[in-house]
Amino acid sequence: MAATDDLAIRASSDSLLKAEARPRKRNMAQFIRWALLFGGGILMVMPLAYMISTSMKWPWEVYNLGLIPEEPTLENYTYVLEDGRFFGWFLNSLIIATITTLSALFFDSLVGYVLCKFKFRGRYIVFIAILSTLMIPTEMLVIPWYMMSQQLGWLDSYWGIMFPGLMTAFGVFLMKQFFETVPDDFLEAARIDGLNEFQIWWQVAMPMVRPALAALAIFIFLGNWTAFLWPLIVTTSSDLYTLPVGLSSFGDEADVAWELIMTGAAISTLPTLIFFLIFQRFIIRGVVMAGLKG
Amino acid sequence: MHRPFRTALAALATSAAALSAAGSASAQEVTIEYWQYFFEARVNAMEELIAGFEAANPNINVEMTHFPYADYRTRTAVAVPSGEGPDVVQLFYGWLNDYIDEGLIQPLPTDTFSPEMVEAEFFPMVGAMERDGAYYALPTAVRSLALFYNERILEGAGVEVPTTLDELVAAAEATTERDGAGNITQVGLTTGMTAQDHHWFREVLIRQMGGEPYLDDYRTVNYDTEEGRAALDFYLGLEEQGVTQSGFMDEPQAAFRGGRAAFHIDGSFRIGALNGERGLQWGVTELPATNDGTQSNYSSYWVNAITSSAEGPEYDAAVLFMEYITSPEAMQIWLDTVGELPARVEVGMTEENANDEVFGPFIRGLEYANTTFFADESAQRQVLVDMIERVQLQDMDPGESLSIAAEAEQTILDDYFGE
Amino acid sequence: MASISSPDTARQNTARRGLYARLSIGQKRTLWAWTFLAVPILFYVVIRFYPTGNAMVLSLQEWNLLGDRSWVGLENYRTLFSDPVFWQVFRNTFVYLLLGTPISLVISFIIAYHLDKVRFMHGTIRALYFVPFMTSAVAMAWVWRWFYQDVPIGLFNNWLATFGISQIDFLDSTTNALPSILAPAIWAGLGFQIIIFMAGLRAIPRTFYEAAEIDGVSTWTVLWEITLPLLRPTIVFIVVLSSIGFLRIFDHVFNMTTANPGGPLNSTKPLVLMIYQTAFSSFDMGYAAAQTVVLFTILLIVSLIQLRLLRDR
Repeated sequence: MAATDDLAIRASSDSLLKAEARPRKRNMAQFIRWALLFGGGILMVMPLAYMISTSMKWPWEVYNLGLIPEEPTLENYTYVLEDGRFFGWFLNSLIIATITTLSALFFDSLVGYVLCKFKFRGRYIVFIAILSTLMIPTEMLVIPWYMMSQQLGWLDSYWGIMFPGLMTAFGVFLMKQFFETVPDDFLEAARIDGLNEFQIWWQVAMPMVRPALAALAIFIFLGNWTAFLWPLIVTTSSDLYTLPVGLSSFGDEADVAWELIMTGAAISTLPTLIFFLIFQRFIIRGVVMAGLKG
Repeated sequence: MHRPFRTALAALATSAAALSAAGSASAQEVTIEYWQYFFEARVNAMEELIAGFEAANPNINVEMTHFPYADYRTRTAVAVPSGEGPDVVQLFYGWLNDYIDEGLIQPLPTDTFSPEMVEAEFFPMVGAMERDGAYYALPTAVRSLALFYNERILEGAGVEVPTTLDELVAAAEATTERDGAGNITQVGLTTGMTAQDHHWFREVLIRQMGGEPYLDDYRTVNYDTEEGRAALDFYLGLEEQGVTQSGFMDEPQAAFRGGRAAFHIDGSFRIGALNGERGLQWGVTELPATNDGTQSNYSSYWVNAITSSAEGPEYDAAVLFMEYITSPEAMQIWLDTVGELPARVEVGMTEENANDEVFGPFIRGLEYANTTFFADESAQRQVLVDMIERVQLQDMDPGESLSIAAEAEQTILDDYFGE
Repeated sequence: MASISSPDTARQNTARRGLYARLSIGQKRTLWAWTFLAVPILFYVVIRFYPTGNAMVLSLQEWNLLGDRSWVGLENYRTLFSDPVFWQVFRNTFVYLLLGTPISLVISFIIAYHLDKVRFMHGTIRALYFVPFMTSAVAMAWVWRWFYQDVPIGLFNNWLATFGISQIDFLDSTTNALPSILAPAIWAGLGFQIIIFMAGLRAIPRTFYEAAEIDGVSTWTVLWEITLPLLRPTIVFIVVLSSIGFLRIFDHVFNMTTANPGGPLNSTKPLVLMIYQTAFSSFDMGYAAAQTVVLFTILLIVSLIQLRLLRDR
């Protein structure tokens, strides 16, 4: 006891003695911390800065170290977009990511809702069964999926690219967690008002978990937008490539120069970057929400 | 370097008309399907050929489907057995055995494609397509290797175009440039086993050193020998002498296209891309010979074959179509649009083609070219890639690395032929 | 469909409606529940469980897409375990994991810890760290691949050359290539981990710190005795997630080594790339399926170990 008292006294007297010197030292430390963090942050975006800057350089200055192009040009973009393939890949990615996201949001929240709010025999088994699929890596499924697609004629089609992602176990789990926050009273009130179970879910429960839906949407969309392995396997004609698959084959074409590859990379990255810059707060909140509950 | 586009359409139309006279007996509409992989120039050339063929045979429709190169093999492997595939299909020559063994393609009729005719009229390596007295497939065009050079760099260094390996090394030495830190900024000769060098090593260097890379119809690896070792030492020596650097600018052709390489060994299919490169002045010459004048070359090709799903009227139409796309006129069109070399001697060795400043070196190379029979080309290429990397990255003794490579490739061949 | 309803079906409808009306509320809800679940259950059975079983069965067979499937028992596994390339790949996969997870964990914690104490431009700095997370792995693999090239084109080596330092073989080396490929994977994931760490830091009740401050405990002690133990769930969460990510690395390796996949000399090849090549270049489907079963087992074991750690708190 005495010892702690002693310590406390010493500490307080220390702080009294240093009362003048301390703030400046602290400010200095705080500034160094800020500067290092800021510098680190700049370093983090450097690769992206170089990607964008190189995509705006003429071939003769591509290998200069300067970040700012001496003569900025959009020539590379015109060149890459002119042959039409990138535009098609972009569209494919957009369509596929949008449809899979909508489907996953619908089914994941429906299943999450049922498993959370309905009491019936078998509920627990269904939940565990769905959750257990989280343990199955996609890589294990691609071979059977490929064989299945081949038999059913799904190879090289939008449906073939999309079908594995139409529902996600992660989404079910996340939405179930969030539906816990919806009070049963609300649902009961709606039931008394004569809404059927589908209406209760769609009109009453769903609006109450909107933030969760948005968070899930970000994750699923981003996941599908950047998905590579399965689209690489299932697509064969370049018309159906998604952006990552298209970019990969574009980069591997023997005759492509780096400034064009950087342009292709920028085209596939900029949409999500711009989206992020606009909805920054919202996205970060969504990530935290999905991350911590999930 | 632009070459006037010579159209052979007129000639084509007449010969096609003659062909159709025979085929017009079956008057009803027939639609046949043709598959090839996607390469813009090839697709364009084929569209031109199909248009000519359909004009001459109004009752036959040809539908062409194409797939990206990377997936082409899978697509055909899956579709043909299921019967949903094409009537006429383009295959890499190395896959032919699989297709014959699985009964997926049928022999060409010997009355139209007699072995005597093919042997007399086509370049010799096409002989690999014959089985038990019948040909199973024929190419429209073939490819070979040649030495590309950057005219400006050669001029700047005051170097002559080399004709022998020693001259090549000397010229490469004179054209290699380094920065202050000793890093190479311009290579004399590009190298990279992942590109075309594995062909150069197998069929050219080993043979030039007096070796025979394979025995028993490419079933036995035969380069773990003195000659093989000599070829490997020569190849490794290029980097040791500092006239090249593997991985320079990521890919050999990128270095040459970027004007940062004086010499570059590549196939005839590169011509189109190089023509499109502004500001690059290049020339091409035959692969360098040894001091005693030994020459060798590597040739590969894609063949057309009639699948087992073509029957009755489709079969007849398919035969007509095969005849058409292997005709001299079709080959000239292919040469002009795709830049691939005619498979018939009479088309290749015309005065004009054989002395063409771009195609000439490749076509002359065909006369002494060999064709590797691959069981699994990418796996066999990987063996040679690893062979070089073991020496360059892990300091393994070249002889030991060569033995490991020969053994690894033999395993691939044994697996393949054992079944 | 129902526009022309025969009396028969109409009667059935009323009968059904009558049946539904007779159900108790609980039964009705159960019926609704299963109706809602019908399509999803079908999906999970057909698209998840059946293929899982199929992969396991296929791993006992030999099939090259062309001919018939034939039973070979455990032959695929025997071949796999006696294949030196597999053990190399196995090792690589764990090197990705054992380098990637701790490095990204430490860096992201340090940044989150300090960023948490910074107010000025907090949002902007956070955004800078987070931006790489929004990129596609394929695009970034190509960007970094360019950075790693030799003089005269690679950014890093050009930069070294301006200081007269001789260049480094990033990708063309059996020792440097794997860390070089890992770097962009770590880089892209940092932002996510930082955000999660910061949320975890915020969740620690202030009273703990106030108590520590009254006791005059040093910053280090606070970090070791309070912050880190209370962050344990967050740490386990991040470790689980990033471990699974690194064990499944593919996009970066595939795109940074296209000419010589997984090279040089297989020094960068992870298990997923081996699976891809076996299945879709060599068409050795049974052998590839056996490899996926091994991957599945590894992921299962690693996850179970980590979940056990979570429960032990």
